[in-house]
Amino acid sequence: MKVSAVPRQGHDTLHGFTREELLRILRRMLLYRRFEEKAEEAYAIGKIGGFCHLHIGQEGAAEGCIGPLRPDDYVISGYREHTQALAKGLDPGRVMAELYGRSSGASAGKGGSMHIFGAQEGFLGGHGIVGAQAALATGVGWAVRYRGEDRVVVCFVGDAAVNQGVFHESLNMAAIWKLPVIYVVENNEYGMGTAFRRVSATEIKDRGVAYGIPSSVVDGQDVLATWRHMEGLISEVRGGGGPRFLEVRTYRFRGHSMSDPVSGTYRSREEVAERTEHDDPIKILRDRMMEADLLTQEQLEAMDAEVRKIVEEAAEFADRAPAPSPGELYTHVYSEVNPHGRLFFDGRER
Amino acid sequence: MAEITYREALNQALLEEMERDDRVFLMGEEVGEYDGAYKVSKGLLARFGDRRVVDTPISELGFAGLGVGAAMVGLRPVIEFMTFNFSLLALDQVINSAAKMLYMSGGQIPIPIVFRGPNGAALQLAAQHSQACETYYLHAPGIKVVSPATPADAKGLLKSAIRDDDPVVVLEGELLYNLRGEVPEGEHLVPLGVADVKREGRDVSILTHGKTVHLALQAAQRLEKEGIEAEVVDLRSLRPLDVEAILTTVRKTNRAVYVEEGWPYGGVGAQVAAIIQEEAFDDLDAPVLRVTQADVPMPYAKNLEQLAKPGVQRVVDACHRVLYRGVPPARGA
Ligand SMILES: Cc1ncc(C[n+]2csc(CCOP(=O)(O)OP(=O)(O)O)c2C)c(N)n1
Repeated sequence: MKVSAVPRQGHDTLHGFTREELLRILRRMLLYRRFEEKAEEAYAIGKIGGFCHLHIGQEGAAEGCIGPLRPDDYVISGYREHTQALAKGLDPGRVMAELYGRSSGASAGKGGSMHIFGAQEGFLGGHGIVGAQAALATGVGWAVRYRGEDRVVVCFVGDAAVNQGVFHESLNMAAIWKLPVIYVVENNEYGMGTAFRRVSATEIKDRGVAYGIPSSVVDGQDVLATWRHMEGLISEVRGGGGPRFLEVRTYRFRGHSMSDPVSGTYRSREEVAERTEHDDPIKILRDRMMEADLLTQEQLEAMDAEVRKIVEEAAEFADRAPAPSPGELYTHVYSEVNPHGRLFFDGRER
Repeated sequence: MAEITYREALNQALLEEMERDDRVFLMGEEVGEYDGAYKVSKGLLARFGDRRVVDTPISELGFAGLGVGAAMVGLRPVIEFMTFNFSLLALDQVINSAAKMLYMSGGQIPIPIVFRGPNGAALQLAAQHSQACETYYLHAPGIKVVSPATPADAKGLLKSAIRDDDPVVVLEGELLYNLRGEVPEGEHLVPLGVADVKREGRDVSILTHGKTVHLALQAAQRLEKEGIEAEVVDLRSLRPLDVEAILTTVRKTNRAVYVEEGWPYGGVGAQVAAIIQEEAFDDLDAPVLRVTQADVPMPYAKNLEQLAKPGVQRVVDACHRVLYRGVPPARGA
């Protein structure tokens, strides 16, 4: 069985990262994993509601694509964005508090799992309409170019989004105006229960090629290869090279959302087990580091204990954080209270 | 005061705001080299260059979303729809992104953007090119909507809209672009949320917005010949809505007719009638009536189109009904 969509390089390929860098990357991916596991647990006991989409299995894409960015670069994404928000520097407590619907949450409890925002950190959401963020990212790229800045915008979409009209409109505009946007398609092979191939006439990468955008594919389960590849794209884009299109091959180890079983009608238990075993970005890095004598079992355990503690603290913070006050229902609809006329028509006291 | 056209007034507003604030840029189909499909942006490309006056591909959803994205990080885009009929392709970005961003980000990301262009029917353009789109936008909290009827209001409202920190939909009238009117010299701003009494009267209130303000004024002239003094209130801004002005005129005349270009179901008049009966029930001497487009897609044939549109006579008839002259008001206008 084919376990990896892109041929993986040998286990000794550490791509020139130092031991410290490798430890940091591994630690961050572990943090994402433990964070999502905690969210899963909290969802099961009703602390998190609504739709909740986990990124477990795709941590290599988050770390590999966001890690090499500068703090003042922008990231924008869809609804499977918890770990990307963490990767862009949002505090785990504030992200967890958002999932819990608390006022201390990243979006003050008004966005939830699908709408995490960190304006300070350059994390621009958290969008729930498949593909819509591609147009927004194009506009952020427009603003960067308009101001003559050298920031880079990374836009994450899922494989299913490449069949949306807005995605194509966005690629075309980014290409004609040479905007500094990297469109990253996280190809986890399924959009909900629909395998990409069942509903797509051409390959993902060809969608970028169609608009004359330099397009490439990378193995997202190999975080180091992803990181190095992104570094190259980032420097090309920062240097004024225009947009880039990247397909990151990955796999989702959990159901589409919390209501979808891990395997079932559209993919077999064997498939998921096989991929989880052989295609886990964290295990892959761990094994390489151990084989290169850059990591011991004790170090790994200590690291894991450390990130679990961060996640526990995040959950405790979320638990303790107050729910938004009832008055918050009415704030942030408009940015200013209009001095004239009526803005709200529900007849309620404000 | 200078007399200029509605088109020139909009052009001045764009020019002045672009000179005032480098964050403002204009984007849309044909706004640049073609000088605007309706020439509203005439001369702006020559003045500001293609950094700030941007011709787009025919990708309404894409460039509306691009505008929202640019606004997310602090620019102040003016997005032109060649006509609002085509804005329906962009509805997702206007409603799901622009209107909701501030709220779902917990107040972090305001969207200072203007969506503008001609709205409503012109002449014999048939179903897909003749519709009034206000209700699609009015419906969503987070958006503001204005609809100027005169050159002065067009200039003043567009300037205020560009300076506003929230998404504002500016509904212009294709048939109004050549309308001439006096516009104050110098800085002229009309605040959002303030209605304007375009004609005073004591017998019946005709409430309206946009292009049908002129229809209402014609109806008022006819009524005057019969000795009926109609007050014409131009709401100008639909969200925020000048409810005080609505209640004031109803308290004065005790009778109200709403005139609009759009369809009746869920229309602006429906909302205004609801407000009047909730907040001025005891002041009413007759039910509030509405004059709207016929509840059909716009036909092409001249005679049918004429029948479909809210004509002067229908407005006069509706006023007669609420005044109990002639037909009783029970079945609407
Ligand atoms: C416009 C739109 N249509 C449908 C949905 C419902 N929906 C949510 S996620 C999803 C699948 C998207 O898959 P993909 O883009 O591959 O991302 P993934 O969930 O795999 O991360 C669908 C159909 C939606 N949110 N937006």
